Amino acid sequence: MKGSRTLLGPIAGENAITVQVLGICSALAVTTKMETALVMSLAVIGVLTLSNLSVSILRNGIPPNIRIIIQLTIIASLVIVTDQILKAFVYGVSRQLSVFVGLIITNCIVMGRAEAFAMQNPPGRSLLDGIGNGLGYSAILLIVAFLRELFGSGTLFGATVLPLRSEGGWYQPNGLMVLSPAAFFIIGFIIWAHRSWKPEYREKE
Amino acid sequence: MKLLRTLLDRAEAHFQEGKPLHRIHALHEAVDAFAFTPGKVTTGATHVRDAMDLKRLMMTVVFALTPAVLMAMYNTGLQANLAIERLVAAGASPSAAALDGWRTALYLALGLGFDSGNVLAAFVHGALYYLPVLIVTFAAGGAWEVIFASARRHEVNEGFIVTAMLFPLILPPTIPLWQVALGITFGVVVAKEVFGGVGMNIFNPALAGRAFLFFAYPGEISGEQVWIAARGLSPDGVSGATPLAVAVDEGLRAVAERGFGWLDSFLGFVPGSMGETSALACLIGAAILVVTRVGSYRTMAGVFLGTALTAALFNGVGSASNPAFAMPFWWHMVLGGWAFGAVFMATDPVSAAFTRRGQWIYGFLIGALVVAIRVVNPAYPEGMMLAILFANIFAPLIDWCQVRAYIKRRSKRDAEEPALHRGVRYRRLRGVLGAGVAVGGDAAGEAGDEPQA
Repeated sequence: MKGSRTLLGPIAGENAITVQVLGICSALAVTTKMETALVMSLAVIGVLTLSNLSVSILRNGIPPNIRIIIQLTIIASLVIVTDQILKAFVYGVSRQLSVFVGLIITNCIVMGRAEAFAMQNPPGRSLLDGIGNGLGYSAILLIVAFLRELFGSGTLFGATVLPLRSEGGWYQPNGLMVLSPAAFFIIGFIIWAHRSWKPEYREKE
Repeated sequence: MKLLRTLLDRAEAHFQEGKPLHRIHALHEAVDAFAFTPGKVTTGATHVRDAMDLKRLMMTVVFALTPAVLMAMYNTGLQANLAIERLVAAGASPSAAALDGWRTALYLALGLGFDSGNVLAAFVHGALYYLPVLIVTFAAGGAWEVIFASARRHEVNEGFIVTAMLFPLILPPTIPLWQVALGITFGVVVAKEVFGGVGMNIFNPALAGRAFLFFAYPGEISGEQVWIAARGLSPDGVSGATPLAVAVDEGLRAVAERGFGWLDSFLGFVPGSMGETSALACLIGAAILVVTRVGSYRTMAGVFLGTALTAALFNGVGSASNPAFAMPFWWHMVLGGWAFGAVFMATDPVSAAFTRRGQWIYGFLIGALVVAIRVVNPAYPEGMMLAILFANIFAPLIDWCQVRAYIKRRSKRDAEEPALHRGVRYRRLRGVLGAGVAVGGDAAGEAGDEPQA
């Protein structure tokens, strides 16, 4: 019961993007296409899970006053490995993601879970927490990318869904969706819906 | 009128507490309040000393918009008929020159021809473009208003009528109607309801809706192409540049070569967004707003000063490669959306600054920015919309600084001066703060500022 809540809680209810508003930068940058969003999501799930696991295993041996440095070393190593794997197997997508894979190091969700959860909890639960938060991040990223790619380019994973007028179809793409502000608007709407669904997360005035 | 009253009263029974339609009782109240005086009046100890309420305030704006609306219909039709006449003279058949669709079919079915000298024909032709946009705006925006009013259990506010009147006037006549619906949806939901509804919005909803369309569908609204409801040689309408785009890109001589004089632009007989072309119509509206004190003359004068000084600055600096540097301020004021924006958009009481000195600063900021965007930014020929939205963001900050500065001055003076001069200071307070604050602070101020004998 406790384990399933650790795993499933962060996906919808305690989602890191909608509740703590963390990890916004990459959510704006890599969501114009489903493909990049999916690869980015997998990369973050991988890094988050392994960093939570490693930090949790080492938690009793980490001196408190240099814990941030050690967490960052672990996260940075994992990100470099992830980056190399992406370059080796999905080079095209890796090019499109450019610096944003490297910037997973600075993704506040990864650091936040290591500091807030893995430092206090056993490896098993930390692993589940990592997967859960990774999936929560992915869920938002994929929703945003779905809307932006569908309405901005009329495609999903590069396949035509709404035939464009410029190519003989009927759909006129929404140019705003391709620009970063669209991700802000969509995340804003998601946060709005989330707060309406769970009023306990509303910020106090 | 009596029939309407009876109908509304009879319908009211279905909207009461516990009745099936109670969830959407806001719709009934909106229709009732729009047609008649609202039943609810302010009660309790308020300091309002005037018959001016929100409804009258909004209706004054609608009244001030009348010249611009009439001009929108006439000029849209006139420009279309002129373009079609030119094409026919060049050898095209009228059916090939007019835009396809139900509007042209209806226009011809009414027995009217494409004669630019016929005033009535121009009005009808223009109305066939203006009215559908207006109706779609009211229907789509009104639907969102009712949805939010029902969900939040309050009444539909009269403010929407002004937004819905302004929105069609800042759109080009050839805009597709689904884009109109989408734009007003964005304006109402994202620019207004997200922030809590009328009075809470940071941005002018009508302008925010236009900005959405501007960035989402730049092909229809960017301002580089002329918006005339005639087909011409391309399927989307007569192509070419608006007078503003010509002036910014090629200089005023090019504008004159294309047959647009300053007086044409002032009177509004040039192509452009429907309600924006006539500076004269906006000037009449400005007079109504200033005399009734609904719109702030400080804001308008601030925009004027900002434009004049910034344009003069660019005139003085000069540029060999950019002809827009040489454009004098009286041209800036008749081209594009300057006049309409300065009179109807910048003075929106919710999104503008409310302190008196703040209104000068806010207006000046708009005037300076619009010239800077037009002259220096190569991406956008028109800067009025962006300048006002940008200044909207700064309005609360300007007010905050003004109020802080005043409090600081007053506490300093309180420490220095004897109590005898407090009456003088109170009058100064009214000079600094806007009318709303002065009225609200009146009772407290009079009680507190009486010299203690």
